[in-house]
Amino acid sequence: MTQAEHERHFNDKIAKEIKIEPNDWMPDEYRQTLIRQISQHAHSEVVGMLPEGNWITRAPNLRRKAVLLAKVQDEAGHGLYLYSATETLGADREQTIDDLHTGKAKYSSIFNYPALTWADIGAIGWLVDGAAIMNQVALCRTSYGPYARAMVKICKEESFHQRQGYESLMKLCNGTPQQKAMAQDALNRFWWPALMMFGPNDAESTHSEQSIAWKIKRFTNDELRQSFVDATVPQAEILGLTIPDENLKWNEERGHYDFSEINWDEFWQVVKGNGPCNKERLAARIKAKEEGLWVREAANAFAKKRAMKKSA
Amino acid sequence: MQQDSLFEYVMRLSDDSLILGQRLGEWCGHGPILEEDIAITNIALDLIGQSISLYDFAAELEAKGRNHDQLAYLRYENEYKNVLLVEQPNGDFAMTMLRQFFFDAFRLPLYEALMQSRVAQLAAIAAKSVKETRYHLKHSSEWVIRLGDGTEESHMRAQAAIDHLWRYTNELFYENAHDQRLQESGAVPLMSDIKEKWQKTVHEVLQEATLQLPSNNWKFDGGREGRHSEHMGYILSDLQYMQRAYPNMEW
Repeated sequence: MTQAEHERHFNDKIAKEIKIEPNDWMPDEYRQTLIRQISQHAHSEVVGMLPEGNWITRAPNLRRKAVLLAKVQDEAGHGLYLYSATETLGADREQTIDDLHTGKAKYSSIFNYPALTWADIGAIGWLVDGAAIMNQVALCRTSYGPYARAMVKICKEESFHQRQGYESLMKLCNGTPQQKAMAQDALNRFWWPALMMFGPNDAESTHSEQSIAWKIKRFTNDELRQSFVDATVPQAEILGLTIPDENLKWNEERGHYDFSEINWDEFWQVVKGNGPCNKERLAARIKAKEEGLWVREAANAFAKKRAMKKSA
Repeated sequence: MQQDSLFEYVMRLSDDSLILGQRLGEWCGHGPILEEDIAITNIALDLIGQSISLYDFAAELEAKGRNHDQLAYLRYENEYKNVLLVEQPNGDFAMTMLRQFFFDAFRLPLYEALMQSRVAQLAAIAAKSVKETRYHLKHSSEWVIRLGDGTEESHMRAQAAIDHLWRYTNELFYENAHDQRLQESGAVPLMSDIKEKWQKTVHEVLQEATLQLPSNNWKFDGGREGRHSEHMGYILSDLQYMQRAYPNMEW
């Protein structure tokens, strides 16, 4: 087939909602876009373990400790699953991880905010996993087969994470005034960073248009952000918590909530590495990789020795 | 009378699980490879799960209205009866794996024997925990072999971990009057039987790993009697932080 025929065939599949599979021909830019997006997603899962992992030893009771361990374990699993999806596109896992460490690859900026209190763990589940689900449910129908299938599994677990976070905050909101204040403080700090998770406004989003044409993305950043706000406001009301935005109100005409403009200066500063925990998060990942080097070398050396013994 | 002894015995098991689970939880997000982050978190989760069942049973035996969280979170340091081995710091990955291996090689035959306990509830908890413990031992043994027979550096680190941790292993087989009472009634096995199985596993695995047992046989103990190492206070500071800072609240 000529290049033009390949392209026609590929575009046909996209139009007919036939999934693109690893061995199919695909435009190089489609491949690179997917590698960038999936590895960014994988990095987010792995870096996201840090703020929560930080609370495992301090979880307030055994049940919460067990649930948090299970949740963080799921996230490591998602990371592994997604790195494997990038490998189906020809990416090298170690190289992908090195790109994270040099700052070439990004991860979700939300994890550059600190988890200061136990209520933050609830807020992360409710808002951060809630926002992630908005993105990921849409990705279950993404055009690249392995990514779409990974998302189906991941969404099921994320939805459990979101519910446990909400349930944990419910406990605080029905608890003592101190506990409720702790929950409100967590919402105050995580609300805006959660809205930032959907990325820049559509007009500013460099990759959006092509990704939508390729059906990698199904909804724009602003559409997803609006759905998130619409879904989350009633949940906050049930908790009895106040969303920190004085312009938040229902717009009858639009059938959506109106809300204030995001502080985009803060958004870009955090993306550029100037958030409260960017340095700490990357340093922790780099340290894990460096300190684990001798372990990986040992595992490789051992595997080689055994393979030689077998063939001898 | 036997109720007291059984309470003491079950608390040892649950404290061992809790404190080791707590230590493993510290690794989360910092493992040498993602697969190990998953494995270590999973083992921690199993251990915390075991401690919940065991504390529930202990609370029933005690019958003073305490629940599993009060037992796990609201005791003083000298009331914890875990062995010193499980409270030792994670150190490097070799230290963590050797600590885990020495513990798993003890826990598996202990649970296997406790499945025959005349105390039905203890037998049931052992039967439930034995399967996951078999995986834990498989995982830690494989790593001990891999590290011992891997590179020069991994061999050296694994040997250093053995040399350091060896002094804490004898305490695993601690017995006092409580044990004798429980052994007589068929509630728990003789520690000498467990030790024999432990030694067999340790010898086999270390031999395959090309690692040596230290010639120094100096032993430490005290954990089973509530005398801990300096590390224990810090573990409890983290563990108990929320319960102490926000008393009498539900989470």
